[in-house]
Amino acid sequence: MSDKNNNSQELLIEGASCASCVGKIEKALNALDGVEQAQMNFALRTVSVTGNVDANTLIKTIEQIGYNAKSANETSDEELLDEKEIAEQQYYKKLMQQTWIGLGLGIPLMLYSVFGPAMTVNSMTERAVWFAIGIICFAVLYFAGKHFFVGAWKSFVNHSANMDTLIALGTGTAWLYSMVVVIAPEILPEMARHVYFEATAMIIGLINLGLALEVKARGRTSDAIKRLIGLQAKTARVIRDGKEIDIAIEQVLLNDKVRVRPGERIPVDGVVEEGATSVDESMLTGEPMPVKKVQGDEVVAGTINKSGSIIFTATRIGKDTALARIIGMVKRAQNSKPPIGRLADIISAYFVPTVMIIAIVSALIWLNFGPEPTVAFAVISATTVLIIACPCALGLATPMSVMVGVGKAAEAGVLIRNGEALQTASKITAMILDKTGTITQGSPKVTDIHLVDSSLSKDELLQLVASLEAGSEHPLAQAIVESANEKSLTLDKVEQFEAIAGHGVQGSVQGKKLLFGNQKFMVSESIALDEAVVASAQQMASEAKTPMYFAVEGKLAAIIAVADPIKEDSIAAIKRLQNNGIRVVMLTGDNKATAKAVAEKVGITEFFAEVLPEDKSSKVAELQAQGEIVGMTGDGINDAPALALANVGFAIGTGTDVAIESADITLMRGSLHGLADAIAVSKATLNNIKQNLFGAFIYNVAGVPFAAGILYPFFGLLLNPVIAGAAMAFSSLTVVSNANRLRFFKPQQH
Amino acid sequence: MLVINLIGLGLIVLIVWWFWLYKPETKALGDENDDEDIVITVENGVYQPASLSVPAGKAITLVFERKDASPCAATVQFPDLEISEELPLNKKLAINLPAMTTGKYAFHCQMQMYKGELIVK
Repeated sequence: MSDKNNNSQELLIEGASCASCVGKIEKALNALDGVEQAQMNFALRTVSVTGNVDANTLIKTIEQIGYNAKSANETSDEELLDEKEIAEQQYYKKLMQQTWIGLGLGIPLMLYSVFGPAMTVNSMTERAVWFAIGIICFAVLYFAGKHFFVGAWKSFVNHSANMDTLIALGTGTAWLYSMVVVIAPEILPEMARHVYFEATAMIIGLINLGLALEVKARGRTSDAIKRLIGLQAKTARVIRDGKEIDIAIEQVLLNDKVRVRPGERIPVDGVVEEGATSVDESMLTGEPMPVKKVQGDEVVAGTINKSGSIIFTATRIGKDTALARIIGMVKRAQNSKPPIGRLADIISAYFVPTVMIIAIVSALIWLNFGPEPTVAFAVISATTVLIIACPCALGLATPMSVMVGVGKAAEAGVLIRNGEALQTASKITAMILDKTGTITQGSPKVTDIHLVDSSLSKDELLQLVASLEAGSEHPLAQAIVESANEKSLTLDKVEQFEAIAGHGVQGSVQGKKLLFGNQKFMVSESIALDEAVVASAQQMASEAKTPMYFAVEGKLAAIIAVADPIKEDSIAAIKRLQNNGIRVVMLTGDNKATAKAVAEKVGITEFFAEVLPEDKSSKVAELQAQGEIVGMTGDGINDAPALALANVGFAIGTGTDVAIESADITLMRGSLHGLADAIAVSKATLNNIKQNLFGAFIYNVAGVPFAAGILYPFFGLLLNPVIAGAAMAFSSLTVVSNANRLRFFKPQQH
Repeated sequence: MLVINLIGLGLIVLIVWWFWLYKPETKALGDENDDEDIVITVENGVYQPASLSVPAGKAITLVFERKDASPCAATVQFPDLEISEELPLNKKLAINLPAMTTGKYAFHCQMQMYKGELIVK
C-alpha cells in the first residue's frame, strides 16, 4: 500500500483547556509506534493522526496523560445524521409548542373578530379588557416569537435583514398600534380605534407552524443521502493473530483480513483473498444483477455479500472507501447551486430592505391619499406587506430541488458533480459516445467458431489456437486465450512460434503445424479457401467482428471471429436518447468497417472512425461550433481532454471501480441507460426548480402589491394580515413540498 | 402630515444607508499568527464576525460554530470557491479554504439570509 493511502484518523479531545495541552498531547502521540504525525487543532479540540495505529491505542495514550478522547472520524457521517435528526426533532417540537401558544390566543380572538362585535376601544371597560389581552399577547410574542425579535435585532446591528426582521416588524407594528389604541385612544380618530391583537397572535402561530412543517419536509429531502449513509456497516469481523474478532468499523486498519459471511455487508473496500461469492452492488451502481467475486476481485463497502463466505484484505478504509467518497460527492453536489439560481440569489440579497421600503411607501400612500381611518389602513397595509413577503420561498426554490434531484440521481447510480453539471445536462442536444467500453463492453471476446474441418471438436480447436496464441500479446490473442481459460482448457506448449506482422502467427503444437491469421496470410501460405468460407468470413466482418482463419497441417480447419460485444442494452439506451431529440454521434479509433457495423447495429447514423485519442476533443469542438450543447461519454481514462472540453463530460464505469470525480457526471454502472437517466433526472430537476422559482416570484410579485392595497381603489379589497401570515408560512412549505415531489420521479425506460 | 411624510422618507434613507451603503468593520485573520483560527458563530440570523479580511495567496481555515437550530443556518456556502458545508449544531467545524487571489468572496447560507464576506488582500 502506498503512503498516500496511509491511515489517517481524527480524535476529539475532551478536557484540553489550554494551549499548552496541545504540545503534551502531540508529543505523547508522536512517541507511539506507527504514528507518523499527530497534529492538534486547538480551536476544534481535535487531533489528526497519520500512520497505521489502532484508534484504541491512541485513545488510551491520551487518557493516560489526563484527557478524554474519542474517535471523530468514521462515526461522523452516521453520528452527524443522528444528531441532526435529534436536533431537528427538538426544533420541531419547540416550533409546535410555539405554534400552539400563538394559535391558542389567536384563534379565539380571530373567531371573536369575525363573529363578535367590532374590536374597537371606546369605553373604559373595553380599554381594561383589551389592555389585559394586549399583555397576554405580549406574553405570546415573548414565548412564541422571541426568536424572531432576537434574530431581527442581531441582524439589524450587523447591518443585515432577514425573514425575522420582516416578521418582527410586522407583528411588532400590529401590537404596538393596538397598544396605542388601548392606552391613548384619544390621539387617534374614533374610526381608527381598532385593535389587531388577533393578527399578532395568529401570525406568530401560523409562521411557527409553517416553519415546523418545513422542518419536517426538509428532512425528507435528504432521504437519499440518509440511505447511502445507512449502507455503511457498523462492525467488521477481522482476523488478527489467527482469531476472528468483531470490531467497530473505525478500528479496521489497512491490510486487515476481513471475513464477510453471506447476507452481511462488506464493511470496507478490499481485494478478495479467499473464497468466492456473488455481491449485490445495486445500492451503489443501480446494476440489478449480483456480481461474481473471486480471488483478486475488488469488493466495496456498503454492498451485500449474497452467497459465499469470503476473506478479503482491506485496501481502503474510513473516508477513502468508494462509499465514503460517493457520500462526500453527493453531499457536495446537493449543496451546490446551478446557475439558474443566481438571479434568485441576487434578488434575495436586496429583498428584505426593499420590502421594508415598500411597507413604508405603502403606509405613506394610505396616510396621504387613503380613506378614513387613514392611520388604521396605513398600519394594516404596512403590516401585511411585511408579513406576506417571503424571501424564504425564493431562497429555497433552487437548493431544495437540487438536493432531491441529485439524491434521486445517486439512487440510480448517477453521480452528478455539481449544480452546474445538473443544469447543463438538462440542455444537452448532442451526445458523443466513445465506442470501445462505452457502447461495447470494452473487452474483445470470441464470438464465433465456424468449423470447416469437422474432425476436430470446437474445444479441441480452441485448445490448439489458444496454445498457439498463448505467447502473443495481441489483444485478439488474449481474447482467445481467455476464452480457453473460461472453458478450463489446458494449454500445450508451442514450438517454433513466429509472429508475422500484418498476417498472423504460426507454430507447432502437439507436433501439428498451425497457422492462424488473416486471409492474406492464408493466401501467402497457399491454403485453399473456398468461396463459401470466404463469404462467411465476410459476413462476420459485416457484423462488426474480426474473422481469422485457422489452418492445421496445411488445411483450413476453422474461422474464428473475435469481437468486442455490444452491451446488451446499448441499443435500447441509444434509442432512448434519440427519442429525446438528442443527436447521437459515435467516435472510435477502430477501422471504418467495424465502426460502420457497430454504428448500424445500435442505430447510430453519424460516426467517426479511426479517430486518434488526441483528436477526440476536436470532434467535441466541431459539434460545439455547430451550436450543439455536447455531452461526451467515455471511460474517463483516455478521454479526459474530450470529457473536459464537452459541456458535460460523462465517465462511464463498470461497477464501482470507476474513477469517481473524474467527470461532471459519473455513471456507476456500465449501461448507457444511465446517460438517459441522468438527462431525464436533470430535466425533471430543472423543471422543478423553474416551477419553484416561478411560484416564489409570482407569489412575492403579486402578493406584496396586493398586501399594500393596490386592489382597494378598484374593488375595495384589502388583505387581512392573518391571511398574509398564512400565505407566507405556507409559501416556503409549498416550495419544499414541490421539491419533494421529485422523490417520486422515475425515468421512463424507453 | 408633512412631518410624517418626512419621517417616512427619512426612514427609507436610513434603510438604504444602514443595510446597503454602510460598510461593516472587518476582522483581520491570519496576518501574524498562523495557527490561530477564528471562530465564526452562527446564531440568531447572523455570522459573527461577518466580515473577515484574509491575506491573499494563502490557504486558510475558518471555524464555524452553529448555535442556531433553524435549518436555515445549517449550510454555509462559498459560491466562488464551490464550497458548501453542513454545519453541525453546537459543534465546531473547520472549513479549509484554498489560497485566494485578491478580491471579495461572499459566504452565506442557502437562502442568503445569513451573509458574510471574506476580503482577500
